[in-house]
Amino acid sequence: MTQPLLEVEDLHVEFRTHDGVAKVLNGVSYHVSAGETLAVLGESGSGKSVTAQTIMGILDMPPAFITNGSIKFRGEDLLKKSAEERREVRGEGIAMIFQDALSALNPVFTVGFQIEEQLKVRRGMSKADARKRAVELLDQVKIPNAKGRISDYPHQFSGGMRQRAMIAMSLALDPELLIADEPTTALDVTVQAQIMDLLAEIQSERDMGMILITHDLGVVADVADRISVMYAGRIVEHADVYELFRAPGHPYTESLLESLPRLDLKGQELKTIKGLPPSLTNIPPGCPFNPRCPRAFDRCVTEVPTVHNLGMGRTSRCHIAEEVVARG
Amino acid sequence: MSDPGSVSGGTGLEAAAAAGVDQLSHVDDSSQKQRKPRSLWSDAWGELRRKPTFIISLVIILIVVLMAIWPSLFTSVDPRHANLDKSLQKPSAEAWFGYDLQGYDVYARAMYGARASLLVGIFSTILTVLIGSFVGIIAGYAKTWIDSLLSRFADIFAGIPFVLGAIVILTTLNAPNENPGVVRIVTQVVLSIAVLSWPVVMRIMRSATLVAKQQDYVKAARGLGASPMRIVFRHLLPNTIAPVLVYGTIALGAFIGAEATLAFLGIGLRPPVVSWGVMISESRDYFQSAPHMLLFPAGFVTVTVLAFVMLGDAVRDALDPKSR
Repeated sequence: MTQPLLEVEDLHVEFRTHDGVAKVLNGVSYHVSAGETLAVLGESGSGKSVTAQTIMGILDMPPAFITNGSIKFRGEDLLKKSAEERREVRGEGIAMIFQDALSALNPVFTVGFQIEEQLKVRRGMSKADARKRAVELLDQVKIPNAKGRISDYPHQFSGGMRQRAMIAMSLALDPELLIADEPTTALDVTVQAQIMDLLAEIQSERDMGMILITHDLGVVADVADRISVMYAGRIVEHADVYELFRAPGHPYTESLLESLPRLDLKGQELKTIKGLPPSLTNIPPGCPFNPRCPRAFDRCVTEVPTVHNLGMGRTSRCHIAEEVVARG
Repeated sequence: MSDPGSVSGGTGLEAAAAAGVDQLSHVDDSSQKQRKPRSLWSDAWGELRRKPTFIISLVIILIVVLMAIWPSLFTSVDPRHANLDKSLQKPSAEAWFGYDLQGYDVYARAMYGARASLLVGIFSTILTVLIGSFVGIIAGYAKTWIDSLLSRFADIFAGIPFVLGAIVILTTLNAPNENPGVVRIVTQVVLSIAVLSWPVVMRIMRSATLVAKQQDYVKAARGLGASPMRIVFRHLLPNTIAPVLVYGTIALGAFIGAEATLAFLGIGLRPPVVSWGVMISESRDYFQSAPHMLLFPAGFVTVTVLAFVMLGDAVRDALDPKSR
């Protein structure tokens, strides 16, 4: 295997607030190669977005502090670079799409201007060239009548169109890695599917690496190559998408899959994961999932599970990972 | 809300059909020709041109500005020609606004007084808005010890009562009984107003920046590699300037009033300089016997202030794309 495009290793981030220190990331490691889509799955507050923002370098510091770890992009550690060098990487190397495109687009500028601006500033393009390129980009993200809509303001676009414009904006400088932070959460279901298709298409066309952050298992199944499941600031399971759906290797993933609504069980009560995720200022000792885990036993309360290697690049942070997979 | 895209697309289709061409690309081309590239300011201008309040206020302001630049266009009477025989005479066909105590023509003095009043109002406003906005946006965006430092610094100035502060500044700069020239006294009045008023703009700007900074578009701009300077002045400023503009228009009126206050106290503009403020202060003892001495300059102040407030209102609406 060639060197991965992005390698996050043992990333620790904490938020120092008045109420105490919230340990948001507790050793996150994942990697993405060119042409590959990694899905990062987890419920709200599990640290998915914080990981992404740490990679981008757009976390507000303070209150956030990176206490350990490395983020290697093309083999170079981003955390060791100067602020100016990191800024160069943003947009050109790694770009990001946000959840709510309406608030991620500046309301006082036209959509066209927001795409052109980067081309003019970073690429030194003339106004006319930048406009031409912006129309091409809007065409690529399938905005109908791109030429006519380019001078519209974000609020004149529908939700799906805004997200398309946002995608066009992040593609302007041809990034090698695209981080999509819940790109479809704010959209309705039919539009969700269109946007996911578009992202998948663009990703394979440009042979980009993509990190897809989501809490929607359905979205993941279609587009992702590999999945990292996060819980309380850790990757608890990492697996190929087919493997994961076939036989989850962590009780948390198992519970997630079980809580999906299923047509064949219509009329029955939906399964949920009982309890709440742990407070990040006060993570319980042992496995952070132990208070909610249906398989918890003595060791889970006292001992933090190590990473169990299950073969074929598959890992799980569970004392009984092998047993869980075998049961699947 | 209308959808200009589909509207222009429709007319584009008709044009294409009329030409006997039915290729889709032609539809796009014709709709492109019809719609010029737009920017925030050109859009705002297009919006403003259609607003009656904007037109009316602009006309009034232009007249006042014209008055300030070429007062001789409006009157042929010398404002410094005193005829004590006509002291306190009521308005007549000969002198529309009557005569004041010294027998000066009130109409001529109102025309010539526009210059000083407007200069003080406009320059104080510009200076106040510039200093306040700059410090405010830096403090709001930085939000660290820089913010604390700048905010406390602004608090020091905000803590000085306006009239007291102005008295201290202006009496320190001018020795008693000294009679400074026009340029010098106008500059001094402008500076003292700005120095004592900028913390208000700073606070407005800082709070607007704090709100706007939380928006995802700031994160997105950072995420796409925009420099901090670009984010602050290109992306944040247009989103935070509206409340400052509105305050600016109100302040302009208040500053023309402040000019009158300082003139009244004998520390601001003073004769032989002619300004609306000076005229109002001169009329203070004769309001019952000669109300025209107060009413005409005061009316000019009121109408000018109203025009600026209307203008500011229209500009604010036009700068907000969502209000279209």
